[in-house]
Amino acid sequence: MKRVVSIVAFALGLAFTSCGSPTASSDSTKAAPARQILINGAGATFPYPMYSKWFDEYHRKFPNIQINYQSIGSGGGIRQILEGTVDFGASDGPMTDEQLKQAKTKILHFPTVLGADVAAYNIPGITEELNFTSDALAAIFLGKIKKWNDPELKKANPSVSLPDKDIVVVHRSDGSGTTYVWVDYLSKISPEWKSKVGMSTSVNWPVGLGGKGNEGVAGLIKQTPDSIGYVELIYAIQNKMSYGKVRNSAGKFVKADLMSVTAAAAGASKQMPEDFRVSITDSTGPDAYPISSFTWLLIPSKIEDPMKKKALTDFLEWMLTDGQSMVEALSYAKLPAEVVVMEQKAIAQVQ
Amino acid sequence: MTTASPTIDRPVSPQHKFVQRLLRGDQIAHLITLIFASAIILVTALLFFELFRSSALTRQKFGFSFLMTTTWDPVALEFGALPFIYGTLVTSALALIIGVPLGLGAAVFLAELAPPRVSDGLAFLIELLAAVPSVIYGLLAIFTLIPLLRDYIAPVLRSTLGFLPFFQGPSYGVGLLAAGTVLAIMILPFIISISREVLLAVPREQREASLALGATRWETASHVVVPYAKAGIIGSIFLALARALGETMAVTMVIGNDPKINASLFAPGYSIAAVIANEFSEATSDIYISALIELGLVLFCITIAVNAIARLLILATTRKSTAHS
Repeated sequence: MKRVVSIVAFALGLAFTSCGSPTASSDSTKAAPARQILINGAGATFPYPMYSKWFDEYHRKFPNIQINYQSIGSGGGIRQILEGTVDFGASDGPMTDEQLKQAKTKILHFPTVLGADVAAYNIPGITEELNFTSDALAAIFLGKIKKWNDPELKKANPSVSLPDKDIVVVHRSDGSGTTYVWVDYLSKISPEWKSKVGMSTSVNWPVGLGGKGNEGVAGLIKQTPDSIGYVELIYAIQNKMSYGKVRNSAGKFVKADLMSVTAAAAGASKQMPEDFRVSITDSTGPDAYPISSFTWLLIPSKIEDPMKKKALTDFLEWMLTDGQSMVEALSYAKLPAEVVVMEQKAIAQVQ
Repeated sequence: MTTASPTIDRPVSPQHKFVQRLLRGDQIAHLITLIFASAIILVTALLFFELFRSSALTRQKFGFSFLMTTTWDPVALEFGALPFIYGTLVTSALALIIGVPLGLGAAVFLAELAPPRVSDGLAFLIELLAAVPSVIYGLLAIFTLIPLLRDYIAPVLRSTLGFLPFFQGPSYGVGLLAAGTVLAIMILPFIISISREVLLAVPREQREASLALGATRWETASHVVVPYAKAGIIGSIFLALARALGETMAVTMVIGNDPKINASLFAPGYSIAAVIANEFSEATSDIYISALIELGLVLFCITIAVNAIARLLILATTRKSTAHS
């Protein structure tokens, strides 16, 4: 069985290298007496553009290592790594204690990049950037603030003339890491949200319309006057959507961008647990954007095949150093330096 | 053939007879097609069995209350299917209410009244419509149908039929009405093209007899041809309904995806197929997956029930029409 796998891996590797540029393939045939290594992973969709870029670059650097990644969603990634059908998983939300208990071998979390959710809105006639307090966001999504000219919203936006219109709330209808980050934040800042709704990749929304995927939510917001919803920061940047500032725990209204998201991670890195399973929403730090999150690679702590183990740990090392320099070009936020150092130490746990 | 002659003298065992019949070819064709046909039964049975088995967890935990309750909470792991069943049935019914008169009218025109060249050209276009992927219909609905519904159609409905509970409350564009309309557009090609074929298959003598009695072409079409083809037309409608019940992508794009039961057609809703597609990939706990699979089982049963009703209806109408003649 193993032989068959390695033969297939070899054939696939050859097929892929021959697809590359002619110089690269001639290099690889000369310089690849080493075995072809095929590594399979599956999971989160949010970091997929980054991961595919990394895996592609890494394959170019080491033509005998081929990493396949299927972006089937965080839940699927967790399920597949628990069942052992993939070599690594990926998730936008950390695995729960209960899930970790189900694993046959201990599973390690490695943060790779950072993302954030933004509150995007469409109010005809308003071009200003709105300010949202955490209370206002929770109340809007609980259905308690019903109109745009609610005193809570007016107080945070004194210079804007907010209309006397009903707020249309838009959320994700599909289970999603984006939702996880959003409701994780709402659960932290609002006890009522925590007890009534709670947090998961999909929840029982008190109000609102559901859109499928970031594009579904964005489409509904664009189509529906007086609407508000949440999308990933990268998606909002790429599609030039207007989104508001959110007041962080230091009391400052912060706009989500790569700097403020990394600042949130730096703020949280002081209390970083050993296993990196940490939520950085509502992070401390004066410039931290409060609805930020890590996204993780899920790596089994014991990998039988020594070649595979070496390939994966080498990749992790590369991802934390060279890999991080490619992050911002794709509008993801970099890991703070402190976290990189901690992760480099943690790589040794993979055996 | 050459081996056939020596076997004549010998007493033939039943097994031999079978082999002989087999060799003649008819039996082989019979056997092979039988295997193909039983594959269908096998797949259906397997589907049902798998759905039944994988939903054991929620069937045990919630029992029949799964079908009666309205809370769908993946955090508290409380699951009730009623809003989804409601959304599925309402949108499909709406699709039929809008789609059947339109489709039937078009089919009658194409089969009976239009010149053959126009009829064939249009029939080709209609078959093309059936091949358009549902996500394209969903996109079209988002960009054209929803603004139209929200800004023009909903206000008119509210001011004229607003006394009915179906047309009250705010309209966001997306909702049950939008989903029903999109489904109606999607099932039209099925109704039109099958009904047209069925109408064209009505024997010419029927028409000629009616015309000879002095009926107009419209009277012939409505009183003679359509009743004659009733069984086939009902079949086409139920095929369309089955498609509407199971449609996923276009529905989830426009229905609003909110699992609540509202009498108003302007309100957002949710359908069974849509929630499975939306939530399955991120469902991690066993009971959550089981609940989604049980929803699949419910949809499967609804579809079977619909098909059974269609069979019975067709049977009843054909029996009646043969009794008449």
